[in-house]
Amino acid sequence: MQELTTTRHNPQIDPFMQVWGWEIPVYLFLGGLVAGMMIISGYFIFSKRYKNTNCVTYTLPIISLLLLSLGMFSLFLDLEHKLYVWRLYTTFKISSPMSWGAWILILVYPVITANLLMDSPKFLADRFPQLDKIKNFIHERPVLIQNIGVGNMLLGGMLGVYTGVLLSTMGSRPLWNSSMLWVLFLISGLSTAAALVHMIAKDVDERELLAKADNGFLTIEIFVLALLLIGLLTSSSVHIEAAKLLISGAYAPAFWVFVVGMGVVIPLFIQLLAVNHKIKHTPIAPIMVIGGGLILRFIIVAAGQYSHYLNAHFK
Amino acid sequence: MARFGMAIDTKKCVGCMDCVVACKTENNVPEGHNRDWIVTVANGKFPNVNLEIQSQRCNHCDNTPCVACCPTGASHVHEVGAVVLVDHNMCIGCKACLASCPYDARFVHPDGYADKCTFCIHRVEEGKLPACVSVCPTHCMYFGDLDDANSEVSRLIASRKNHPLLPEAGTSPRIFYLI
Ligand code: SF4
Ligand code: SF4
Repeated sequence: MQELTTTRHNPQIDPFMQVWGWEIPVYLFLGGLVAGMMIISGYFIFSKRYKNTNCVTYTLPIISLLLLSLGMFSLFLDLEHKLYVWRLYTTFKISSPMSWGAWILILVYPVITANLLMDSPKFLADRFPQLDKIKNFIHERPVLIQNIGVGNMLLGGMLGVYTGVLLSTMGSRPLWNSSMLWVLFLISGLSTAAALVHMIAKDVDERELLAKADNGFLTIEIFVLALLLIGLLTSSSVHIEAAKLLISGAYAPAFWVFVVGMGVVIPLFIQLLAVNHKIKHTPIAPIMVIGGGLILRFIIVAAGQYSHYLNAHFK
Repeated sequence: MARFGMAIDTKKCVGCMDCVVACKTENNVPEGHNRDWIVTVANGKFPNVNLEIQSQRCNHCDNTPCVACCPTGASHVHEVGAVVLVDHNMCIGCKACLASCPYDARFVHPDGYADKCTFCIHRVEEGKLPACVSVCPTHCMYFGDLDDANSEVSRLIASRKNHPLLPEAGTSPRIFYLI
């Protein structure tokens, strides 16, 4: 037997780490959601669906900009030294995912804005007549439009991957230390985005397509979750303990009920019935998917901070 | 370039916490926070038990996840002794370094920056020893250059049985506990 006693009681550190509260999960969730929306919007542009004036690609950019700004504000709230936030942009640190993220976010804004300028929202177009000229300029150039589509998919992909890499590079936290984490966050970002866009889209064809895509994403998400857990369970003892936190430990009830049940399995079942025209499409399944995606970020951030090399030795 | 490290004799340490108090005084560590602390590890089952007392702090690792993840360059490896430091004026308080340290050696200073042991670099640069080492009443702590095979720390580590903390975390810590 081994018993460990410490005199340290640093705030946010002891008895277990809680340096990241609600702000980071919200930031990661919104980042993933916007990433998914960029990929969907970019795909709709790339596949020439933008020619339909009803296409949701004209609605998404303004929502993406709003959600992304909310996410960044959430990250800002988490900083302990808020006045120094500009320091992020005085350097680029290649080894730091957070530095990558800061710069990716800077690139994401103009790419979404280019998507927005393809048909600016009415309240903006009314105020700034020049926007109409820009719109015409873009629509006269199909190659430019293709590039806007590709740019959105590419930057969306980078943003989605980054939200997972931010955590998975931390070898100190066994639960996060899995190369499946970025896949999970990217696919969860796509499934929550497909769910949200499904609710917004006006075109029936697009709604059907998004519901089918979401079913695909949710199915992949089940496999990715399983692979993440299997990867941890077949690794060292600290990683096994970390996986147990989700499987049977303190975070298990929330994980199984809200993430797996409410967030993936039940909405997948409902949406499968809907796309096979057994029941009508309702917002219930998409809302469940979005809720599940948010709770997934909360659980992974909290359980990851709890998971520790020492926890495996001293339970 | 020197590579500062420590050897701490757990056979001599009595857990008096003088090192903790000295650090708090020397470095003005805010109330409720600690840059160093005492851990006691009780091993075995009665009657075969032994107690190891460890004075712990940042291990000034050779592989520094805390420096790698810092987005601003505030966390850095100092040119003197490869000591791991935080530049308070560059830190945005994102706490990535806190999460990346397997020893949980860092904390957020109430003024908003990441804080931790500095090996009392301000004293070391003046030719003095870190405060904790210099006050220890049992002289159980040794500080010096691990790259110099003739330094007292190097010789102790070479001649005595010892272990670092959590070597499996892969950070190559530079504090060794003599057992
Ligand atoms: S003990 Fe932690 S804070 Fe200190 S150098 Fe190692 S990883 Fe960094
Ligand atoms: S809290 Fe400060 S020192 Fe730590 S990673 Fe963030 S900016 Fe760097």
